Amino acid sequence: MAAERRPRPASFWFLALFFCAFVLFLYGPMFAIFVLSFQGPEGGLTFPLRGVSLHWFRQLWEGIGTVDIGAAFRRSLALGAVVMVLTVALSLAAGLAYRKRLPGGTALFYVVVASLIMPSIVVSLGIGLMFRLLDGALHGWLEAHAPSLAEGFVSTLGLFSSGLGAQLTWTLPFGLLIMFAVFNRFNPAYEEAARDLGATPRQSLQHVVLPLIGPSLVGIGMFGFTLSWDEIARSSQAMGDLNTLPLELQGLTTTVTTPVIYALGTVTTVVSFVVVGTTLAVVWAWRRRGGGA
Amino acid sequence: MMNRRLVAWLQAAPLAAVFAIFFLIPLVLIVTVSFWQATDYELIPAFTPQAYLDLFSGCGGGADDLCVTLSTYGSTLKFALLTWAITGVVGFTVAYFLAFHVRSTLVQTVLFIVCTVPFWTSNVIRMISWIPLLGRNGLVNDALLGLGLVKQPVEWLLYSDFSVVLAFVHLYTMFMIVPIFNSMMRIDRSLIEAARDGGASPWQTVRHVVLPLSRTGILIGSIFVVALVMGDFVTVGVMGGQQIASVGKTIQVQASYLQFPAAAANAVVLLAVVLMMIVALMRLVDLRKEL
Repeated sequence: MAAERRPRPASFWFLALFFCAFVLFLYGPMFAIFVLSFQGPEGGLTFPLRGVSLHWFRQLWEGIGTVDIGAAFRRSLALGAVVMVLTVALSLAAGLAYRKRLPGGTALFYVVVASLIMPSIVVSLGIGLMFRLLDGALHGWLEAHAPSLAEGFVSTLGLFSSGLGAQLTWTLPFGLLIMFAVFNRFNPAYEEAARDLGATPRQSLQHVVLPLIGPSLVGIGMFGFTLSWDEIARSSQAMGDLNTLPLELQGLTTTVTTPVIYALGTVTTVVSFVVVGTTLAVVWAWRRRGGGA
Repeated sequence: MMNRRLVAWLQAAPLAAVFAIFFLIPLVLIVTVSFWQATDYELIPAFTPQAYLDLFSGCGGGADDLCVTLSTYGSTLKFALLTWAITGVVGFTVAYFLAFHVRSTLVQTVLFIVCTVPFWTSNVIRMISWIPLLGRNGLVNDALLGLGLVKQPVEWLLYSDFSVVLAFVHLYTMFMIVPIFNSMMRIDRSLIEAARDGGASPWQTVRHVVLPLSRTGILIGSIFVVALVMGDFVTVGVMGGQQIASVGKTIQVQASYLQFPAAAANAVVLLAVVLMMIVALMRLVDLRKEL
């Protein structure tokens, strides 16, 4: 521990100052809108704060113009939950597959990485295009074979079809990469011990592997939910008629000139923080119970 | 053994299916549709390079009169380069501080989390949070007026190239910090000791030891930042007050007017440009390895 006693060089203080400035840069602006979202009814988009109230949150609750914020909020929550479950399940399954011999695994890995760094607007456009072409084909087929159904047919584009797929191309790469990191550090001795004691592969997965990697799976779930909750770029062309909360929010930036948009920002950020906080708490409790495994 | 391989296949199949259906097929469709024709209400499957010709019509006419497409690419490239340079320097500095100057692992972890937490919040919220600071009556203008540095509020702080780059740096520096920090944590500390014992100044150590050994992290961060900025339409839209052009925004507008062949052709060109930039970045890094 001799290193701890060494005096700090001058560069340390300079870099520490730089770091503090950076953190201020990261958090300062967000702090400003949290404060401004609690101001009184006469408040505007900038400082000074004019009174303190929950006025703008009430406004938000009643809806902004034609936009039903509550419905968009529920849609985003539902989609986020589905994305979270699928991201965990598919990443875990694929992560397990990569531990065995997986022919074509390298090609699949490159596709996943390509999806991660592909400009989102391109992916979104392609998915939107695919579902529109599918709509056209389906409509033609229905008119030819079941004209009564063709009347009611609207679109296959939607929250849980194209929208879900679009978001998964964004959350799954993160999930799989975390899975790789987890299994890289995973000690196979535990599994060997289970096998030696007569456990079937299924038992060893259920009673040995899953409890050990559980906290990481919770982390992947958090990634899945929060990435979905704030996603715009990939969703933009793929959501159909009903938008998610961030898409509504993006539209509102051009039309709304009252602090109600700050209130919306505060609410969505609080949801993100609650999810992240809950996850960290669960992981921490899990690790403690597991004796720091 | 065959059975085991089959299990592996089945386990990877759902993930592979998602990427086949929602990534590979859409990409093929984009390339295909970029050669189609479109009327106001339908797509016509016919092979024609018209969308590409339209995209570059008027280009190469005069030296000082750039066509819309090239000037849009010029502006997008400018954003990408500026953002890349600034996030690179800031990200490297922050990561260096965390990796080499913070001595306790606990403090290191906490400070690292502090840097990554904003990543979990909405990008649009982080963009509009600049309004109270940079707006016409914002804090920055109030301060400048109060100090008597300017007589009228500065207009270019918000809804300008400046605010777009500022927002990019605000949003994407995290994508540099994480991989560079990761690379730096793998550097054998005895190499730093050796450089110091060999008489290298701290600056020389950073320049000749830490920088080359962090190149993988820098490369990964660079690819992220370049790809994110080149395809962006949200940040340029919100922070540019919907007045500044970018390639992603052009694609988005064309898609919203159902001009799919035009949007697809734009997307193909964008992809080609981004790929070339990534290849160039990798070359740059390889070149450093040779030296």
